[in-house]
Amino acid sequence: MWFVRNAWLIPALPAVAAGLIFALGRRLPGRGALLGIGVIGLSFVVALGVAVQVFSANVEAVAQVEEAHGEVSAAEGGEEQHAVEDDQAVTESEEEAAIPEGVHSFLYDEGVDLTGTGADWSFQAGIRIDGLAAMMFLLVTFVSLMVQIYSTGYMHGDPRYTYFFGLLSLFTASMLLLVIANNIMLMLVGWELVGICSFLLIGFWWEEKVNSSASIKAFITTKLGDVGLVVGVITLWGMFRTFRIEAILEAVEAGEFSQSLLTFALIALFVGAIGKSAQFPLHTWLPDAMAGPTPVSALIHAATMVTAGVFMIARLYPAFEASPTALAVIAIIGAITLVMAGLLALVQDDVKRVLAYSTVSQLGYMVAALAFSYTAGIFHLFTHGFFKALLFLGSGSLIHAVHSNNMSDMGGLRKAMPTTFATFVVGSAALAALPPLAGFWSKDEVLAGALESGGYTGNLVWILGTLGGFLTAFYMTRVLWLVFGGEYRGHGEPHESPRSMAWPLIALAVPAFFIGFINLPFGFAHPVGFAAWTAFDLAYFEEQGAVFVVWLAALATVLALVAVALGTLLYRKAPAPDDDPMLNMGWATRVLDRKYYLDLLYSDAIVRTVIRTKLANASYWFNDHVLDRVVYLVGVGTARLGRATYEIGDQKGIDGGINGLGLSALWLGAKLRLAQSGNVQLYAGAMFAGITVLAVAFAVS
Amino acid sequence: MLIAYPLVFAALLFCVGIYGVLSRRNAVVVLMSVELMLASVTVNLVTFNQLVAERSDVLLTGQVFALFVLAVGAAEVGVALAIILLLYRNRASVNIDDADLMKY
Repeated sequence: MWFVRNAWLIPALPAVAAGLIFALGRRLPGRGALLGIGVIGLSFVVALGVAVQVFSANVEAVAQVEEAHGEVSAAEGGEEQHAVEDDQAVTESEEEAAIPEGVHSFLYDEGVDLTGTGADWSFQAGIRIDGLAAMMFLLVTFVSLMVQIYSTGYMHGDPRYTYFFGLLSLFTASMLLLVIANNIMLMLVGWELVGICSFLLIGFWWEEKVNSSASIKAFITTKLGDVGLVVGVITLWGMFRTFRIEAILEAVEAGEFSQSLLTFALIALFVGAIGKSAQFPLHTWLPDAMAGPTPVSALIHAATMVTAGVFMIARLYPAFEASPTALAVIAIIGAITLVMAGLLALVQDDVKRVLAYSTVSQLGYMVAALAFSYTAGIFHLFTHGFFKALLFLGSGSLIHAVHSNNMSDMGGLRKAMPTTFATFVVGSAALAALPPLAGFWSKDEVLAGALESGGYTGNLVWILGTLGGFLTAFYMTRVLWLVFGGEYRGHGEPHESPRSMAWPLIALAVPAFFIGFINLPFGFAHPVGFAAWTAFDLAYFEEQGAVFVVWLAALATVLALVAVALGTLLYRKAPAPDDDPMLNMGWATRVLDRKYYLDLLYSDAIVRTVIRTKLANASYWFNDHVLDRVVYLVGVGTARLGRATYEIGDQKGIDGGINGLGLSALWLGAKLRLAQSGNVQLYAGAMFAGITVLAVAFAVS
Repeated sequence: MLIAYPLVFAALLFCVGIYGVLSRRNAVVVLMSVELMLASVTVNLVTFNQLVAERSDVLLTGQVFALFVLAVGAAEVGVALAIILLLYRNRASVNIDDADLMKY
């Protein structure tokens, strides 16, 4: 259990590295890059140890449960052999069989009490390690490691190279803090730190106005969601008087709460997730965030930060389960997002924007999946983290080669960049959910889960999800043909990227291909696979059996293949933008090109109105003349008070007293030493005088 | 014998000794004055022995003790004169005001 007990190292190491890089910077070997990479490598090793310990503990717990159930059903079978019972009753009693005493899914929750007052509430800061956290550690540290190695090539020669690596380390530490936190307050701290790092990294090349505007947009948009998150956190505190996740979940399980209040709190939390995980209608920041360096897009806007919202829902999943309304909202928002973003991805020319919209779409899948199945949601998160990071790094490799983000400047790169091509194809196929790649298994789990649970939200999600799969396959085919097919349309000679960039691509392509096999949706794999590894509750795990709907998987695969075929048909010649069928659909293209006029709505209808009605000016005046003035006066007053304390209390009182003591001792000594005249007769006289006094005193008494 | 006479005599002798110690500058004279004080104490010892011997079986303790004091006094004079001699050699003076090295 060494790894689990010392799991705090995972976020602590990159945090220390970030501090060192910011402090010592260029004097470090590799100008800070080597330190960052080495430390995140260490974190990855620790994460690996944690994952092995947690996952094996969970598999063991599941095995024990299965064993107990086997005994129960065998005993019942023996008793009921003569009874005329149908199978239904047996399966029912099996389902009702309780989890054996003392067997539970792995959880390590240790904290330090920061209040320590024995009040009726306490604030605990600590770590919470379970299957979910272990999985996120693996994903975040691995992708961060790959991205940092990749960045040594991609950011080579950048004037702020060292600063970039410091920010990457800081970001990784913040994300890991968010994951490891055992109370929602600490999680909120990580959440906001992640937001700040995202802001700094999107605007990394702030010399260009577009980039700094994009970073501001991302920051403000996510902050809008964060307001909801804070409201949710405060509401939960108001309900349960605690920030601890464990305590909240226990209280929810105990069932003593107001249902409507809980729904309100959870939807408020979900608003935070809408902002951070780029769900409709706050998704607009993510495509603009592509202004940042491409490794940043891979790390933050594909694998980690944008999954924070999904992670948060998964973290509080038992609470969300207790509120069907909140889950329905989540399902609907997720379903809208996945289709809407998938359509937007069709008309983009910027390769990174295609990926950005596809990320929004996949996040929609995750969020929608969480409404039905915990495992499906986080499994899609896990696989998506790998192949989307791969795709982003691949697009970075393309951009590095042709010095342009636009697909109209690419084309015919298959020959020039074979490694990038091969890995990009693997990533695209995984994203398009072609069997047997990672995306197929996870997306199928999402759809099957939705279909299984049924209801109007379930039907909405599986139908839209299948449609979204078609769109995904289509736009990825479009990207592949436009980038790698046909003739080269850009300037200069494109060349393969350096090894430091090619190797992370290969290292990510392997999990993008194979990682799906850890959660095969069949019965034999279920108790030893991903679902068991990350089970937060064995009772829940038992309920969610292995689901695999053959016709749905086949339908999705056929649709994806049709989309690939259609894409190939339309884009085989890699047409220039003027001939691009997706850009020549009349009003449909216009609507998609303008992003459904959402940006227009935000910037014109809302922002302009706020400015025109002088609301902004008024609040600025209020801020400037009232709030700032009060703060200023308080500050000045404090400064004056401090000065007065310094001059009167410290200098005159305390220092004067101490100095006076010393000086008076000096003065007294100077006087007293005169008595030491060296004249023996004086001493003798003094002695006789003293003896006389003593003699008189004796005589009198 | 009236015990007061030798005691008054001893007191007067002691006062002469004190006067000599405090007022004289010559180290030899100061030493002599010290001897005077010692002698007055010896007189006291003998006197008080006489007083006590009349009423008890302790006969000569005071006298014997007086002899010890004389012997110790002789030894002390020997040491003191040696010191004064060295003082004179080093300073060419026996004025005790000159021997004030041990001052502040």
